Amino acid sequence: MDKAEKKQLRLTALRVRKGVIESTYHAKSGHPGGSLSIAEILTYLYFKEMNIDPKDPQKADRDRFVLSKGHAAPALYATLAERGFFPVEDLKTLRKSDSYLQGHPNMNHVPGVDMSTGSLGQGISAACGMALASKIEGDKFRVYTVLGDGEIEEGQVWEACMFAAAKKLDTLTVIVDNNNLQIDGTVEEVNSPYPIPEKFAAFGFNVIEIDGHCFDCIEDAVNQAKACKGKPTAIIMKTIKGKDVSYMENQVGWHGAAPKLEQYEQAMAELDAKIAAVEAE
Amino acid sequence: MADVIKTATRDAYGKALVELAGKNDKLIVLDADLAAATKTGMFKKEYPDRFYDCGIAEANMMGVAAGLSTAGFTVFASSFAMFAAGRAFEQVRNTIGYPHLNVKIGATHAGISVGEDGASHQCCEDIGLMRTIPGMTILNPADDVEARLAVFAAAEHDGPVYMRFGRLAVPRVFDENYKFEIGKGAYLAKGTDVTIIATGLLVERAIAAVELLKAEGISASLINMATIKPIDRDIILDAVKTTGCLVTAEEHNVIGGLGSAVAEVVAETCPAPVLRVGVEDTFGKSGPALELLEIFGLNAQNIAEKAKAAIALKK
Repeated sequence: MDKAEKKQLRLTALRVRKGVIESTYHAKSGHPGGSLSIAEILTYLYFKEMNIDPKDPQKADRDRFVLSKGHAAPALYATLAERGFFPVEDLKTLRKSDSYLQGHPNMNHVPGVDMSTGSLGQGISAACGMALASKIEGDKFRVYTVLGDGEIEEGQVWEACMFAAAKKLDTLTVIVDNNNLQIDGTVEEVNSPYPIPEKFAAFGFNVIEIDGHCFDCIEDAVNQAKACKGKPTAIIMKTIKGKDVSYMENQVGWHGAAPKLEQYEQAMAELDAKIAAVEAE
Repeated sequence: MADVIKTATRDAYGKALVELAGKNDKLIVLDADLAAATKTGMFKKEYPDRFYDCGIAEANMMGVAAGLSTAGFTVFASSFAMFAAGRAFEQVRNTIGYPHLNVKIGATHAGISVGEDGASHQCCEDIGLMRTIPGMTILNPADDVEARLAVFAAAEHDGPVYMRFGRLAVPRVFDENYKFEIGKGAYLAKGTDVTIIATGLLVERAIAAVELLKAEGISASLINMATIKPIDRDIILDAVKTTGCLVTAEEHNVIGGLGSAVAEVVAETCPAPVLRVGVEDTFGKSGPALELLEIFGLNAQNIAEKAKAAIALKK
């Protein structure tokens, strides 16, 4: 991608992060940490890669995205809103009783959401089903799913991985958000899923390790995934939980807590400053 | 009677899938390494390119079924009731039920008539589990004729359906003119003293119970309740109005199944005695299926006894 395009993607990712802060602040709850860590991959997929149409969210040949780590819904909603699936203003209604923006994604209520998720380990299986559907219909579309590094402690994830490789689901790209933190601590402390790349390789995946905040790296990995035939691809992204909000970065406490007014103002000011800096480049 | 045709409802399931595939090219069948037992193997043989074995991984299979359905496929996901409803309960609840996807769960080997495999495989909790999922339709056919029609109805139905089939060959109850409709119970006998509401393989045994009661001068109605959810409220209310007391009969725990569904309707609308025949909140055990049905009281004699007890409770 050229410099101008990358600049736009970087600005979009920062706006997605603002959407995460805006929505969780107004909701007074939610999961900002693991939402902020996936802003680049969501931005890349929805603004550069996937065949989608905000005016026709259900079009049959669209590429699919499944947020298996459904608690990062604020990031998905912010991305969809930025992309024009629904008004950005609606992000302020997150988790309210009269809002369509449920705490975890609901495919029947939110335009652009391809699968209802939230219970960990289940989204990847649905993504496998979609990829199988694509294969049956002649590789009609590609399927992307993002999992947390804590999420892969769920046994169902590995049932799904075994299935994806056994059925040669090469339209499937599994992305692991390796921010190294889960609710009870670091992933090593809790129930280490490491080494992650070796596990996916042993299950028969094409494995790519990248910096999940680098657009060039994401582009390269996604293109490698598309070129790989006969097996699914796993992209293991090293990321920073709470990325771009100074006091949230690498802090496990921001997994499932919303910013208070002062924190909200600071986060928005920091993100605005980053936007201004990128614009000035 | 030597001339009675006996077929397991799981056989009817396998055959019906093959029949359906000829009419519906978006039909996909999944199994979890039990194709020979669930009888989806019949489908696999005829339509190998539309059959996918998910291996011994039922949780993943339910998710795969969900994903396929979002792309417009009608998916039948098959396993034993214990694993389809039990092990994969939360996957069915969250990934199929919550988004109300068009997945049909073919659950075979339900109830204690699994026989020799014993309690670990005798699922008497599945109706209760599935009944608590909003929007889930539950079908429990009595014989092969009804099972075939239930599979066709499930395929036409928009939304998730849980179909419950048995391992044991059971006598045919219905003839070729039988009409099946989701959500409708049907009178098989009309009487004045008590109504028996039966489902699954207890229907044939309830027919025998009606005869036992008749011999004692008791006039019993009999309703076949093949759809457990949505339950046919109208026919239950009619039964209470015409006979004043009910007995339910099912191959399931007395907690959570047909008996509970009927008792809920009766208690809320027209209180009357409701006695339940079923597995009395206990686990099963190994043994020949027909023996177990006697041991656990899932027979005509017990239904008839409960019917007399229900009549005695009438005011």
